[in-house]
Amino acid sequence: MCDRLRARADLLRRVRSFFDARGVMEVCTPVLSRAAGTDPAIEPLRTRYTGPEHPRGLDLYLQTSPEFPMKRLLAAGSGPIYQIAQVFRDGEYGTRHNPEFSLLEWYRPGFDHHVLMDEVAALANACLQSSLPIEKIAYVDLFREHMGWHPLEADLSILEASAREQGLMVEGMASRDQWLDLFMSLVIEPRLGKQSLTFIYDYPASQASLARISLHDPALASRFELYHRGVELANGFHELADPVEQRQRFEQENLQRQERGQRQLPIDENFLAALETGLPDCAGVALGLDRLLMLKLNASCLDDVLSFSLKNA
Amino acid sequence: MATYSTNEFRGGLKLLLDGDPYVIIENEFVKPGKGQAFNRVKLRNLKTGRVLEKTFKSGESVEAADVMDRDLQYLYNDGEYWYFMDNDSYEQYQVDANAMGDAAKWIKDQDQCNVTLWNDQPILVEAPNFVVLEITDTDPGLKGDTSGGGGKPATLETGAVVRVPLFVQIGEKIKVDTRKGEYISRAKD
Repeated sequence: MCDRLRARADLLRRVRSFFDARGVMEVCTPVLSRAAGTDPAIEPLRTRYTGPEHPRGLDLYLQTSPEFPMKRLLAAGSGPIYQIAQVFRDGEYGTRHNPEFSLLEWYRPGFDHHVLMDEVAALANACLQSSLPIEKIAYVDLFREHMGWHPLEADLSILEASAREQGLMVEGMASRDQWLDLFMSLVIEPRLGKQSLTFIYDYPASQASLARISLHDPALASRFELYHRGVELANGFHELADPVEQRQRFEQENLQRQERGQRQLPIDENFLAALETGLPDCAGVALGLDRLLMLKLNASCLDDVLSFSLKNA
Repeated sequence: MATYSTNEFRGGLKLLLDGDPYVIIENEFVKPGKGQAFNRVKLRNLKTGRVLEKTFKSGESVEAADVMDRDLQYLYNDGEYWYFMDNDSYEQYQVDANAMGDAAKWIKDQDQCNVTLWNDQPILVEAPNFVVLEITDTDPGLKGDTSGGGGKPATLETGAVVRVPLFVQIGEKIKVDTRKGEYISRAKD
């Protein structure tokens, strides 16, 4: 237990000195918000405040990432910022998941996602005390190489045949993205980054999340992820700054939530107002610190690097 | 029809898949940060013993298999079926050779066995992990060889054949690990 505490303290020190040296400011934003991210694949935990200001109670959501408040700071002129945040996600527990975990999130005005990938690699190497080489593969090329078909153009019957071949037939698959998630998680991801920091970039526009659509190809989004030793470590964007498009995405995601029978979530109007005033052109990324620590300590599951996990929190 | 959601998956849970009862051996939750969650599950077919891997979309439900484990006493074999009894209810169960599997060669009258019932029908019988059986036939072996090296085959009272050390003789009782089919030791009495 004491070893893992010391290892975490050491990791946090490395992160802070990394950003200190680069002039990125540490910030703190609220864990509780009256709004939430609408992504149907991420379910927030809800709680309720009752007291002064809200005598009849106010529903509040625990953050699933500090993204919206940090972008509000950027719009207010903060300059480059980072945060080490506890974040919360309902329904997620396993060898690499815990409903509460530590996210390192940072934003770089003036960077695009490619410049930021280089910085993510530098941070990962600083934390792991390694000098791992960087590998960058476009999402489309990744699927061509590992699966033998084009992830956006191959007929769904080809994806299904591929699943049958791999013993991965899953019932109730409703969309191409679900199939792509299946292959990514169960076939490709375990092979990635064996001896490198492997970045996958230019995701399908349907998986844009909060990334801007690529200038070169409207079918792609300027989003990337980092994998090392088969573990998904970070997700980043060249950030969407257009308030109209952002609102459309929120509304569309809430519609998807409705179709799937999930709770619709309040849209963050404060965040949208910040986009209206102008988010500087920037790239941002969120990196799972517990997973990074897990890799550093060669632990086999997240529980082994947390002081207390869901099982005994 | 009882069902389990993927959130209830854990080792030991019994599911009905393609008409066969299965037990979960391992369950892994897999999810991309921004994408669909899946449960990767390793299951054993309770009828055939075969292990397979299957993936479910998290949040889906799967039909439960009405499977129970019972501790039953073995009574006798009539040449075609084996008969077991629940010592509490005195209910008797008739078991076919398929469900008996390997257990048939290890058990004697009165032995207590774990019997898996599916829809109240026996589908699997597990012999006790350790049984004590008498040797009915084995090569007398070389006098004075106590090294125990090599060993020799010995036929037991149930008909099973195991390898035993050279010094073990006909008429002696030995303890056997039924999971590996291996000799453990001579039995005390």
